[in-house]
Amino acid sequence: METNEILKNYEKREDNLLSILHEIQNSKQTHHLSKEDLKAVSEYLDIPLSFVHGVASFYTMYSMKPRGKYIVRVCQSPPCHLMGSTSISKELMNILGIKFGETTEDGIFTLEMTSCLGVCGVAPAIMINDTVYGNLTPERLKSIIEEKRREK
Amino acid sequence: MSVQRMHILIPMDVESIENGAIEVKKRLNSEIYKNKLENEVKVLETGPIGVAGRGVVIVVYPDRVFYYNVKPEDIKPLVEEHIIKGRIYDKLDYSINDQKGGKRVDYENYGLAKKQPRVVLDKCCLVNTFDIEEVIARGGYKAIEKILDEKISPEDVIRIIKDSGLRGRGGAGFPTGLKWEFTRKSVGDEKYVICNADEGEPGTFKDRLILEGDPHKLIEAMIIAGYAVGAEKGYIYIRGEYELSIERTQRAIDDAKKYNLLGKNILEQGVNFDIEIKKGAGAYVCGEETALIESLEGKRGNPRIKPPYPVSHGLWNKPTVVNNVETLANVPEIIFRGADWYKKLGTEKSPGTKVYTILGHIEYPGLIEVEMGTPLREIINAFGGGVKHGKKFKAALVGGAAGVFLSDELLDVKMDFESLREHKAVLGSGAILVMDEDTSIVDMLFSILKFFAHESCGQCSPCRIGTRHLLELIYKLKNGEGEKGDLDRMIKISETMFNTSLCPLGQSLVMPVKSAINNFRQEFEEKLNMNN
Repeated sequence: METNEILKNYEKREDNLLSILHEIQNSKQTHHLSKEDLKAVSEYLDIPLSFVHGVASFYTMYSMKPRGKYIVRVCQSPPCHLMGSTSISKELMNILGIKFGETTEDGIFTLEMTSCLGVCGVAPAIMINDTVYGNLTPERLKSIIEEKRREK
Repeated sequence: MSVQRMHILIPMDVESIENGAIEVKKRLNSEIYKNKLENEVKVLETGPIGVAGRGVVIVVYPDRVFYYNVKPEDIKPLVEEHIIKGRIYDKLDYSINDQKGGKRVDYENYGLAKKQPRVVLDKCCLVNTFDIEEVIARGGYKAIEKILDEKISPEDVIRIIKDSGLRGRGGAGFPTGLKWEFTRKSVGDEKYVICNADEGEPGTFKDRLILEGDPHKLIEAMIIAGYAVGAEKGYIYIRGEYELSIERTQRAIDDAKKYNLLGKNILEQGVNFDIEIKKGAGAYVCGEETALIESLEGKRGNPRIKPPYPVSHGLWNKPTVVNNVETLANVPEIIFRGADWYKKLGTEKSPGTKVYTILGHIEYPGLIEVEMGTPLREIINAFGGGVKHGKKFKAALVGGAAGVFLSDELLDVKMDFESLREHKAVLGSGAILVMDEDTSIVDMLFSILKFFAHESCGQCSPCRIGTRHLLELIYKLKNGEGEKGDLDRMIKISETMFNTSLCPLGQSLVMPVKSAINNFRQEFEEKLNMNN
């Protein structure tokens, strides 16, 4: 859906800002908010562009850089750290050939860190878009990524 | 309604789904259908069961047999053996008990689920919480019904909550009844109830299990809170990462509206209350109530300067009561059974139960609800099955990342607000992260400080600069480049942050820093000596 179409569904209230940004971002293959999006939101809600930018840059779930089709978020919090998330991070950088905050050249994967996902019972865990994967080992990680690659 | 001879419960939460619960359920249903048992046996989806790290778990009633690590291919023989022939399918691990044996134990008796006086999680793994009629049949919404039927006044509702001694379960432990009373007495044309479901404390997922497992309890509690303080609108602020929680809570809200339990003129008794879900976007600091309010208003989640407090100047500067999910989940039972009943649980100053998440190097990680005042040792050994692989206990980080490292000398501490304070510790979010003998405390503290440096909102300088400094110091130390005086420097920085930061994020770092260094000083000094 176009950004303007999404906006029409919302009442012009400032407290809808976060929900609007979520929906716009989710509607895009690139999972990001462009300058034009922020401008459209600012005009629609009649709040300064700098304010919208301030909000979009404050929260970690928003990105103003284009991202891959799959966002791989690695939980870095102490419980996952304890259960071996550091080696999971290394393995992921290795498999994908990118560092944290980067996107693969084919635009399929973006690697990010995340704070606690609240699934500590299956630590170490990652989240790919909205799906949680836990009890990770380097082997399991490989097959998950390969599967996603095939799905494209 | 037909009556089945057997119920098979299958918990469906994020972790179970990750472990393949959907496929298991599909197989179960098709196998039952194949054997023409659909009128005798019913498969029920329930909320989380409180067991983690044991794959897909299913419970067969009335036999109360509990199978774990269930795979789709186990279903055919399991149905044949247990459902048709009535024998335990012993190819699967079907029980856990203190001896960790394979002998049959009723589900209620096994490690994590035994002898728990469940107030908050009473329906979590027993009811198909996605079916509002079943929830009601199991006692859902009976408290609000009682209030409206018996015409209990808002003041009396507040009095009951005050008498019960219920204290906030979000970490600070503020008396809930008092908070409600302040909000009720504050002048304002509109008032609000906010449920803080921005559960971001590392190692904590108790609120997620309530949201996924019994959202109706929360809805009922919010209606009661609204009635008590004089609010007609409530918000549940759920963190953006909790997709399934948002989905299920929304479904529960929609169902409650259909049954006239939410919305205008609730149960034809003239009470109005509506609930809206607001989704967060990834910011730990939004767990702080004023930051949460800012975020709910559509702003950056920067905490406000207090006072004034939300009870008088909250959402859009109107009187607002902000309660944690677990706190609210206590309310319906207290109203229904009375303050005296509640006070019998727990300790004198910290009545009731507490939900803990136990994880890390532990035999049975998961979720438990026990009475306040239960010793940490009992929680770890009797409920968590002790340290994994029979290793030695080294430390427990209690209360989340903003918690305290407790060594084995403090294992007998009672888990309630007062006892923990005596040891300069906190209950916090109820997360208990167990570490075995091979764990490096320096490395764990590094992980904590990295987390805080990332999550500091940057509004006040002590926190913004302090978290960065601490991270640099621990990084040096971890790599054997620490200098003499670095440990005292770290303690001093965290103390300064405690005294000068604007909100609990910066203030609470002193706890992990000081407890790690003081309780495990030798380990830190060994790292220091690597350089000298």
